[in-house]
Amino acid sequence: MARKATATKAQAQSNVPEFSKEQELDAYREMLLIRRFEEKAGQMYGMGLIGGFCHLYIGQEAVVTGITMASEKGKDAQITGYRDHGHMLVMGLDPKGVMAELTGRAGGLSRGKGGSMHMFSNEHRFYGGNGIVGAQASLGTGLAFAAKYKGDGSVSLAYFGDGAANQGQVYESFNMAKLWKLPVVFIIENNKYAMGTSIERASATTDFSQRGASFDIPGEQVDGMDVRLVYDAAKRAIEYARSGNGPYILEMLTYRYRGHSMSDPAKYRSKDEVTKYRQERDPIEQVKARLLEGKLATEEDLKAIESEIRAIVTEAADFATNDPEPDAAELWTDITVSA
Amino acid sequence: MPQILMPALSPTMEEGKLAKWLVKVGDTVKSGDVLAEIETDKATMEVESVDEGVVKELLVAEGTEGVKVNTPIALVLAEGETADAAPAAKTAPEPAEAPVVPAEKAAEVAPSQATVPAAPKFEAQSDPDLPAGVEMVEMTVRQALNEAMAEELRRDKDVFVIGEEVAEYQGAYKITQNLLQEFGPERIIDTPITEHGFAGLAVGAAFAGLKPIVEFMTWNFAMQAIDQIINSAAKQLYMSGGQVKAPMVFRGPNGVASRVGAQHSQDYSAWYSHVPGLTVIAPYSAADAKGLLKAAIRSPNPVIFLENEILYGSTGLVPQVEDFVLPIGKARIARKGADVTIVSFSMGMRYATQATEKLVAAGVDVELIDLRTLRPLDSDTVIESVKKTGRLVTVEEGWPQGGIGAELSARVMEQAFDYLDAPVMRVTGKDVPMPYAANLEKLALPNVDEVIAAVNAVTYRS
Repeated sequence: MARKATATKAQAQSNVPEFSKEQELDAYREMLLIRRFEEKAGQMYGMGLIGGFCHLYIGQEAVVTGITMASEKGKDAQITGYRDHGHMLVMGLDPKGVMAELTGRAGGLSRGKGGSMHMFSNEHRFYGGNGIVGAQASLGTGLAFAAKYKGDGSVSLAYFGDGAANQGQVYESFNMAKLWKLPVVFIIENNKYAMGTSIERASATTDFSQRGASFDIPGEQVDGMDVRLVYDAAKRAIEYARSGNGPYILEMLTYRYRGHSMSDPAKYRSKDEVTKYRQERDPIEQVKARLLEGKLATEEDLKAIESEIRAIVTEAADFATNDPEPDAAELWTDITVSA
Repeated sequence: MPQILMPALSPTMEEGKLAKWLVKVGDTVKSGDVLAEIETDKATMEVESVDEGVVKELLVAEGTEGVKVNTPIALVLAEGETADAAPAAKTAPEPAEAPVVPAEKAAEVAPSQATVPAAPKFEAQSDPDLPAGVEMVEMTVRQALNEAMAEELRRDKDVFVIGEEVAEYQGAYKITQNLLQEFGPERIIDTPITEHGFAGLAVGAAFAGLKPIVEFMTWNFAMQAIDQIINSAAKQLYMSGGQVKAPMVFRGPNGVASRVGAQHSQDYSAWYSHVPGLTVIAPYSAADAKGLLKAAIRSPNPVIFLENEILYGSTGLVPQVEDFVLPIGKARIARKGADVTIVSFSMGMRYATQATEKLVAAGVDVELIDLRTLRPLDSDTVIESVKKTGRLVTVEEGWPQGGIGAELSARVMEQAFDYLDAPVMRVTGKDVPMPYAANLEKLALPNVDEVIAAVNAVTYRS
């Protein structure tokens, strides 16, 4: 049921899809893992254990969770920018390895040589973790090119933000993806601010779902705070791409609670705005409320999940704190592959 | 985790002001609740609670300046936890309670960080021995490059060619002639004019296991794509701790063309040779063009393959062997000699070769070296030669500052200073954008007379 780009998106959300109990619990668990992991990362940054840039995903958890739930894990490729911790956790990468990469330790996913913005997994088909804003749109289109070339039936899920959506290579990629009918879903995580610049101050048009209109790429605007709506739209988009129809754009209306990076005091927006999102739209609280109201889980059940998640995060933090730094000899490894 | 510590807002922050408490003793807090506001000279930020609990004590008063990072500022007890319970937690320490060593301190005490381990040395292989009586066929550099691609496309179905006008047009410079006919549009792919995009697309395809040959109509246009070449392709292996490879070739005509002005006429040799993670090849002869392009396509690394438009039509003898692959990273001694070493590559070899002929006729025993690969740079061959001749002249079309000649000069000074009988002389393109006027263009390029003059200078014959 692909809509044309000219079709509006609002109708897509009129019927909120129901999640099964298992789906609700899955989503709750994944989103809570991201939330608690990121809070811990923020704390460890504050303690000086994590250096440089550290971009937290808090507030945006429903986006990557819903999309990953709708994808084929281990088959579909995912690629994103620098706000990448949540993607890895949901895709099943080891939280210990992610946290140890944040602290720059030998046991990090990139052996301490990548850092917060540069982690990858061939096994899980996660291609980063890219520090150059917008680069992942072209790279993700290339993953889709490889999928079509090999005929392996996989789809590439390429995430970028409202800021990256103004980069030129995004449109070069849209053009080629449509021209060659490549199986790629472009997910625009519109969290309203490109670092400190609001979409209104940076974008001539702020409906990013329509950014593929001149290439005839269908697009939908989705409430990215409701994991069910994210999942539902992603199912539709992935199916469209997998069936050989070409690219699809999903604009996820989301919000980050924290600053752009740890060192951003976020003075460009009001406290009320943040509070409103946290209190009224929080993706985790929404699921929690449904679980309790629908009597799908008790407070005790959720507390048990919470403790389980905390244990995972604590274990990751301990590992990342105590794991040694990479051996000095690692300075010279992995520059080129010996033929 | 009862203690809340003074956080750092940036890696360089050492202390700050506890501007405001937003909770008081007895308050119940949960994850994400703002506890306090911290100020530095640069910013104000909120301290959020990571755990749930009850605020037991505020250890630092509101308005206190100069609070050191990692100083305990509050005590928050989780449900069922008491202040005395803290020691019990010691048996299973939470990270906050573990001794926190700031990153800089750790670097100071760890002796392994103090000394930089030596860089591994690249050992190039020698050219393969050709069978006795091997047939040598004369062909153009263009044909040699075309054959190399066709052979590798036949050999490996993961290899494909992508770029502007590579398929139906048969290549802007006809390097991809007939490839579309043999391999079809799935593997020989015409792109829109979109260098940044298709370079990035090809890098992504390489991450996923394909082996793209990206043709840039000229390297001048690759400036649009240089971010993807360097930030995505060259650095990927390192940033991923060795996991994700980018086995691919970026190729096309480089260097000075003829009468096309500044934007279409420049040499990128030094630019790309600067970048770790890349392999950079710049062949001169037809045989090297074929053998090295085949090696580049088989390389598991991203390779910059710099061809030269003027040389496309020049001919040379190429050995007709089953699979002619040359080693990457090995210079070729084009002429052995004892009096002076001339080092060049690509189009520079034309000037160097012509100068050598004249110099030899005049009785100067020139040793002429063709670098062929610029990264890894075969300085061993150059150093050995300079130890013998005591004199070095470098020849390149690129600009002098930070050029290949500059690099060779530095290496020779570092490794063979005592062998030098004269300063190293560089013959380069002039330090100007390429002019259009015929006379000015000629002046901007290096030429045979300049090479001869440099040799005369270092041999004190002038």
